[in-house]
Amino acid sequence: MNLEDLADITEAVAAAAESRRHCVRVCMAASCQSCGSGEVLEGLQTQAKQNADDGVCIKPVGCMGLCSAGPLVSVDSDQPATALLYQDVTVDDTEDLYHSLGDQPVERLRCRTDVPFFARQQKVVLENSGIIDPEQIDDYIAAGGYRSLMRAVTEMSREEVLREVKESGLRGRGGGGYPAGLKWATVAMAPEPHKYVICNADEGDPGAFMDRAVLESDPHRVLEGMALAGYAVGAEHAYIYIRAEYPLAVERLKTAIKQATKKGLLGRRICETALSFEVEVRLGAGAFVCGEETALMASIEGRRGQPRPRPPYPAEEGLWKCPTLINNVETLANIPAIVGKGGAWFKSIGTENSTGTKVFALAGRIANSGLIEVPMGIPLREIVHEIGGGIPDGRRFKAVQTGGPSGGCLPEQFLDMPVEYDTLRSAGSIMGSGGMIVMDETSSMVDVARYFMEFCMDESCGKCVPCRAGTVQLYGLLDKIADGEATPSDLELLEELCDVVQATSLCGLGQTAPNPVLSTLRYFRHEYEEKLRPESERMPRMQIVTLDD
Amino acid sequence: MSEAHKITLATAWLDGCSGCHMSFLDLDQRLIELAEKVDVVYSPIVDTKELPPVVDVGILEGAVSTEEDLHKARMFRGRCQFLISLGDCAVSGNVPSMRNTFDLDDVLDRAFVENVQAQPGRPSESLPTLLRTVLPIHHVVQVDLFVQGCPPSADTIWQVLTELMAGNTPDPTQFTRFGA
Amino acid sequence: MTHPPAATNPAPKVRVVTLKIDDHDVGARETDSILEIAQANGIRIPSLCYLDGLSTWGACRLCMVEIEGFSKPVSACSTTATEGMKITTNSARLKRYRRMILELLFAERNHVCSVCVSNGHCELQDLAAECGMDHVRVPYRNATYTIDSSHDLFRVDHNRCVVCTRCVRVCDEIEGAHTWDVMGRGVNCQVITDLNQPWGDSQSCTSCGKCVQVCPTGALVKKGTAAGEMEKHDDFVPYLAQMRKRQ
Repeated sequence: MNLEDLADITEAVAAAAESRRHCVRVCMAASCQSCGSGEVLEGLQTQAKQNADDGVCIKPVGCMGLCSAGPLVSVDSDQPATALLYQDVTVDDTEDLYHSLGDQPVERLRCRTDVPFFARQQKVVLENSGIIDPEQIDDYIAAGGYRSLMRAVTEMSREEVLREVKESGLRGRGGGGYPAGLKWATVAMAPEPHKYVICNADEGDPGAFMDRAVLESDPHRVLEGMALAGYAVGAEHAYIYIRAEYPLAVERLKTAIKQATKKGLLGRRICETALSFEVEVRLGAGAFVCGEETALMASIEGRRGQPRPRPPYPAEEGLWKCPTLINNVETLANIPAIVGKGGAWFKSIGTENSTGTKVFALAGRIANSGLIEVPMGIPLREIVHEIGGGIPDGRRFKAVQTGGPSGGCLPEQFLDMPVEYDTLRSAGSIMGSGGMIVMDETSSMVDVARYFMEFCMDESCGKCVPCRAGTVQLYGLLDKIADGEATPSDLELLEELCDVVQATSLCGLGQTAPNPVLSTLRYFRHEYEEKLRPESERMPRMQIVTLDD
Repeated sequence: MSEAHKITLATAWLDGCSGCHMSFLDLDQRLIELAEKVDVVYSPIVDTKELPPVVDVGILEGAVSTEEDLHKARMFRGRCQFLISLGDCAVSGNVPSMRNTFDLDDVLDRAFVENVQAQPGRPSESLPTLLRTVLPIHHVVQVDLFVQGCPPSADTIWQVLTELMAGNTPDPTQFTRFGA
Repeated sequence: MTHPPAATNPAPKVRVVTLKIDDHDVGARETDSILEIAQANGIRIPSLCYLDGLSTWGACRLCMVEIEGFSKPVSACSTTATEGMKITTNSARLKRYRRMILELLFAERNHVCSVCVSNGHCELQDLAAECGMDHVRVPYRNATYTIDSSHDLFRVDHNRCVVCTRCVRVCDEIEGAHTWDVMGRGVNCQVITDLNQPWGDSQSCTSCGKCVQVCPTGALVKKGTAAGEMEKHDDFVPYLAQMRKRQ
């Protein structure tokens, strides 16, 4: 494979598209599949067969974003904002839909595309999502894929690639927000001959599905980003650690690795150079803590998925004690564009300290739940009320939870705040991996805190005492408060315990577990206090605990 | 010091073995010294049947196991200016709380049916209802001082009481610990 | 894919650094942990999962100390010294944290000292006394864990276990048997022998008893001991660790 081969494939794909009268794209990401897009795809294919109409191309594609309106089907244009988009399509609609091609659209199924949900987005990571067939490498190549890798390994030095990433100001999209360029440079500097690249695809935050969508919709983009990372830091081996709960993403990734290896873009002697880059998939067995980098590496090594104290950081001593670069899916998915268009171009998007775009998963009490990609620095209000379409059923907005179990709840007063790493942190929440759960006036903030604490309690690995024995007590206290059986001294104890768990836990899971409690206490303290009874009516919890097994 | 200025002291024995009260009696001749400054107004070791409405210092031995214990703990808290949890049962639940991991019905059957030769059967009246879970005193009412030990030694009790009488807040962890 | 061969570099030169612990000026090798340095200089930092001679685990979080310029406390056992570090081992905040961590441990499982064979010889009990933990404010969980008496000489009472994994480490790193490991997660974590088989049926256990000696509580004990009779001796561990290193 060389640049000319890529150009040939692009031309061939374009020529094939030219010869088609129409192109119908059916979303085959997990969300649309779960509401029957597989049948829709089959229905349309049957229609095409019955009508012996070679001029129509029925194409399975990845996520189109507006998951709440799925199954989604788009016609002709590859830009959602200009395409004819159909929502809630069922297999019974396929006949009408097929016959309407080139004629009047099927009005009853139409999904408006001139709305902020489509117009306000800016896509980098998701630029191919919903457009290309994720199982066809040629589609990705035709959309400009693997050009960056090819150019990097043939025309650029490692330092040049590194410089672009540094220049871009890209920060880790997994939640930490650590500057990617700095991390890469540290690994690149390590003198050891053996290094590893790891793609962290163990997305586990409740309500977050960004990485899943990227892997299901455009897996090659992630592979290309990983290969670029490998080139820049000098690693020839890589792992993708992905949770087994994402079977579709795993399958597409494996397909993509096979295709890319066959084409000489991965594996030995990539892109006709002396370089190697081998990628292996490792499945996580359902532990949230394995998203923590040291636990993740332990899991890849075949040990119990438990974190260890840092330092040493993975960049210095990672997988099998070798220098290791660990980046999240979305971080790596940004890399081909950064190397291709330049770090300066990326830096021009977003704000000074939070460059580029960010993918968010909108969920909860919001009209348009689904996946969006917006430039950093966009006000929360725009995400919730414009792109998200506001709160359904005429209810009032109450809070938005960002950052999953490690994040916090932000009330209305923060709606005009720009969404950036630092502003979110100063408001008591975090960017996190990009889950956004919207709550309306009927949501109880104590219940929200209790929900996230239950999650952390269940997911605690049990290694360190404050997290293992602390989250279970925090959950108990929140449960007591929610049930109206707590007194002011319980609330005091809750706050003290939050401080201890936050300050002394070994890894990020425990250190951030109290965040949802602390942020709801900060902005909705009255909801806690309303549920308290006087100290003289102290009510002990009389319960015994039975173990899991 | 006249009688009217004596410190009033009340003690009660909840779910425990009475060992802490025995330890109190182990003060021996120091009891005489104590009696000059303190008036024991309610206790298993005196005859009074009623807890006065206001007491300076209350001492509770034993854990809260029954409705009766709960009532007594609340009454003590209501009437005592300063409340002390004396001994591991009062402070942590200790041995009585070891029944917490069993089902209450099983506990009753073991006590009144399985191990009884003559007339096995659960008592149906005149016994206070058992709580589902045995609890330390401070999980039911607010406690001002915790004296650990099983039982706390007479010396520990003496140290605590003399410090209190001197108007200081004692630190029992200097003299005792869990299981001591 | 194979993992790389172990590095064969010669031992790098170790520098000496000076630092301050609680206003004492101390010197140390830069590879030493804060906990080791403190111990060498007679400064007491409470700890539970740490044991001289075993690998660092960093899980009990009792040895947290404050370092000037750091916003969060760090565990002294897993943090190495750097030149000019200023360390506080016993601030009001650290005392509060230690107390709460001990409360959490006492509430997690059954730690009724008065009837324990390790009463009077228990590190958890001593730590409670040392840190002034005189009562537990959080509710006792009252969970039932199992007791395994199947071994001829020893018994494991999971109700008294604090999951410090000293037994796991001594068995793996010193005895070389790796009979012990951990299963489950969160509060359901439990040390196990072999693949969670009865200890008495273990094929790998050499009955050396090291695990019993290093256990800080009454979880691993010799059979036939009554309340307060189980005394432990773990001072052999650093010696054996040295001997193993030399081999």
